[in-house]
Amino acid sequence: MCLAVPGRVTEIEDRDGTRMATVDFGGVVKEVCLEYLPDLQVGEYAIVHVGFALQKLDEESAKQTLELFANLGLLQEEFGDPWELAAEAGGPQWADDKDVPQEAQQ
Amino acid sequence: MKYLDEFQDPDLARRLLDDIHSVVTRPWALMEVCGGQTHTIIRHGIDQLLPDQVELIHGPGCPVCVTPLEVIDKALEIASRPGVIFCSFGDMLRVPGTGRDLFQVRGEGGDVRVVYSPLDALHIAQQNPDREVVFFGIGFETTAPPNAMTVYQARKLGIKNFSLLVSHVRVPPAIKAIMESPNCRVQGFLAAGHVCSVMGVGEYPELADRYRVPIVVTGFEPLDILEGVRRTVLQLERGEHTVDNAYPRAVRPEGNPAAQAMLADVFEGTDRAWRGIGVIPDSGWRLSSRYRDFDAEHRFSVGDIDTREPAECRSGEVLQGLLKPNECAAFGTTCTPRNPLGATMVSSEGACAAYYLYRRLDITTAPLEASPVA
Amino acid sequence: MPETTQLTAVDPTAWTCPVALRDHPRVVMGHGGGGALSAELVQHVFAPAFGGETLSQLGDSAAVSLGGVRMAFSTDSYVVRPLFFPGGSIGDLAVNGTVNDLAMSGARAAYLSCGFILEEGVEMSVVARVAETLGAAARRAGVEVVTGDTKVVESGHGDGVFINTAGIGLIPSGVDIRPQRVVPGDVVIVSGDIGVHGVAIMSVREGLEFGVEIESDCAALGGLVEAMLAVTQDLHVLRDPTRGGLGAALNEIAVASGAGVVIQEGDVPVPPAVANACAILGLDPLYVANEGKLVAFVPREHADAVLSAMRAHPLGANARVIGEAVAEHPGMVVARTGLGGTRVVDLPIGEQLPRIC
Repeated sequence: MCLAVPGRVTEIEDRDGTRMATVDFGGVVKEVCLEYLPDLQVGEYAIVHVGFALQKLDEESAKQTLELFANLGLLQEEFGDPWELAAEAGGPQWADDKDVPQEAQQ
Repeated sequence: MKYLDEFQDPDLARRLLDDIHSVVTRPWALMEVCGGQTHTIIRHGIDQLLPDQVELIHGPGCPVCVTPLEVIDKALEIASRPGVIFCSFGDMLRVPGTGRDLFQVRGEGGDVRVVYSPLDALHIAQQNPDREVVFFGIGFETTAPPNAMTVYQARKLGIKNFSLLVSHVRVPPAIKAIMESPNCRVQGFLAAGHVCSVMGVGEYPELADRYRVPIVVTGFEPLDILEGVRRTVLQLERGEHTVDNAYPRAVRPEGNPAAQAMLADVFEGTDRAWRGIGVIPDSGWRLSSRYRDFDAEHRFSVGDIDTREPAECRSGEVLQGLLKPNECAAFGTTCTPRNPLGATMVSSEGACAAYYLYRRLDITTAPLEASPVA
Repeated sequence: MPETTQLTAVDPTAWTCPVALRDHPRVVMGHGGGGALSAELVQHVFAPAFGGETLSQLGDSAAVSLGGVRMAFSTDSYVVRPLFFPGGSIGDLAVNGTVNDLAMSGARAAYLSCGFILEEGVEMSVVARVAETLGAAARRAGVEVVTGDTKVVESGHGDGVFINTAGIGLIPSGVDIRPQRVVPGDVVIVSGDIGVHGVAIMSVREGLEFGVEIESDCAALGGLVEAMLAVTQDLHVLRDPTRGGLGAALNEIAVASGAGVVIQEGDVPVPPAVANACAILGLDPLYVANEGKLVAFVPREHADAVLSAMRAHPLGANARVIGEAVAEHPGMVVARTGLGGTRVVDLPIGEQLPRIC
């Protein structure tokens, strides 16, 4: 459920007593209701769902997550790629089995 | 788009996949709760890249799929009334009720409009004071706050010709129902990230504890899904069962307090039927008594509509991973994406619809790969 | 995947859903959406009623012979809201759409007819502006409007201005472009960024409005096709992926040719604004409409030269090879995803709708 995408707040205004923002999604601009994020500032990112900003996007946390992913294989690279090691050890089930004819797997 | 594209990077995906392949030692059945996650998995072919031991069971977290037939029939009835402008998110228009869908109501002269946001429906109500404007308020905890705010605004601004047909559902009771079902195969959950953006993670430790399943809050981009799988598998391999947040950029433990306060004001808990599953106690929201005037079901007196789902549909078992879609007698015969009997054949992410599409590919290619005679 | 063996219990041939209209006692919007519903309407109602060998080809335009001369003949009706949109108008579409249908047979459009259906009460200045853009588009495309018609319907019975155009053009001798000529190994080339027109229209559509610096790609493709034919007359099939987008066009070709199609999703040119608009609305760029693009199936030996010729033309500057025709999975289109997985690119049922899920 819940298609929600991150956008950057470029403008905030009060409209009929409602806190509204102009939000930029990589060159696509939409009006978004900001009532649920009263502290959100211009320049910050929010997760937007059906025209509502529902949560501030934590940029520092996003960066850390990506760094975690980037570091994942490093230890393995030092000691050898587990895919290759396993292949040398006799071929695991999961190594490129999509290219192997079915009867060969059985 | 920033903070979206980075989480689709193929090289990082490779690293995550390598890591999953290296930690998994035996078969595990995980459920991604949310239809949006299922969509990502199918769109990027992620299930084909995971180790064979990791099975992803597509969960019931698609609001379009699980909205009960009875509510769809109420929507069709209201939308058919003269003077009504019926507004809906686009993906609800094709969901079949009994015998027809909202598209066909439009073909019969009904004024059915697709909107991006419930606030758009409210604007339509302001511009058309002589018409009754109804918004089809479906969805999980993520969509409920926007709908709640819209009703709140309608009351505040005194917009009398606006009402909401509500069929909101919540994730934790569904997890509970799945775990309580006999023969449940699910060993770990990827929890729906955007639901937790709103609600926080407070409801989940009790579930993880009671059913001894890891619950990993997971985002929606390919890397997010892989990280959710990776962390769930890690826990399973270690024999752990805790709540873990793999989507911290959008989920804080406490969620969004302002949205929760609005939900508490506008809605109240209720039992809710889930299409293909049945009634799950206290699994949904309806408008609270303060907002009863804005309840379309009440305003249009459609409370008597009580439709039963076709008995031959076994989507409940499919959703719980007890039955493969092609093992159902109706699959591909009386039940197809064009004529779905139940939830899982309705949207392209539904387990049966996905199976239908992809197995066609398997069948056409299988003889080429596996014909020892030729 | 051992369970595949059990699947023969379901008859795959019964899955193409031949009984279509049974469920639609009335016309729904999807019947005009360029997807499965449109195809069924033509197959089940129009084609049987009209009969005829030529119609059964069901291409963008018909190739007919008259007095020993081969020509392409096509008609299209234009219904668009709003009438004027970023990068064009209904007048541009009415010319370019029909010119492009002819170009997909390899023909250079020579003459157009033009029928207007006007709604009572529509402002005369609007009609004049539409006519001006239509005339200007015809001059740009090098085609002459030679006959026409006007009808007026009562207020509330039309959407301001509807236009129908029909066109004819000569097919150069030796040119034989149709899906049945596709063979495995053919290279699939798309002439540039996809989804631009559809996103431009959606950005100004009531209920969806969003700001985006993007204009419709609406253009006449006759010149681009001539440049391609100058390299080789042996183009197997051309299609302009309008309603239903690239995904629907590839499916039509796959079904008509009996070949399978594989595309590399990462090679399909999707501009960021289109990708991001689709991300917000939950749409797939492969199904978003184009009005100035074509997709070509070209014999492998000519692919490089055709691609170079396309890139040398302003309307093909961003042309890309996106895939190939294969012998496997006949009639189906499969995309290899950026992550290395696969997915089936199915024919959309009707119009694409914004999702929340």
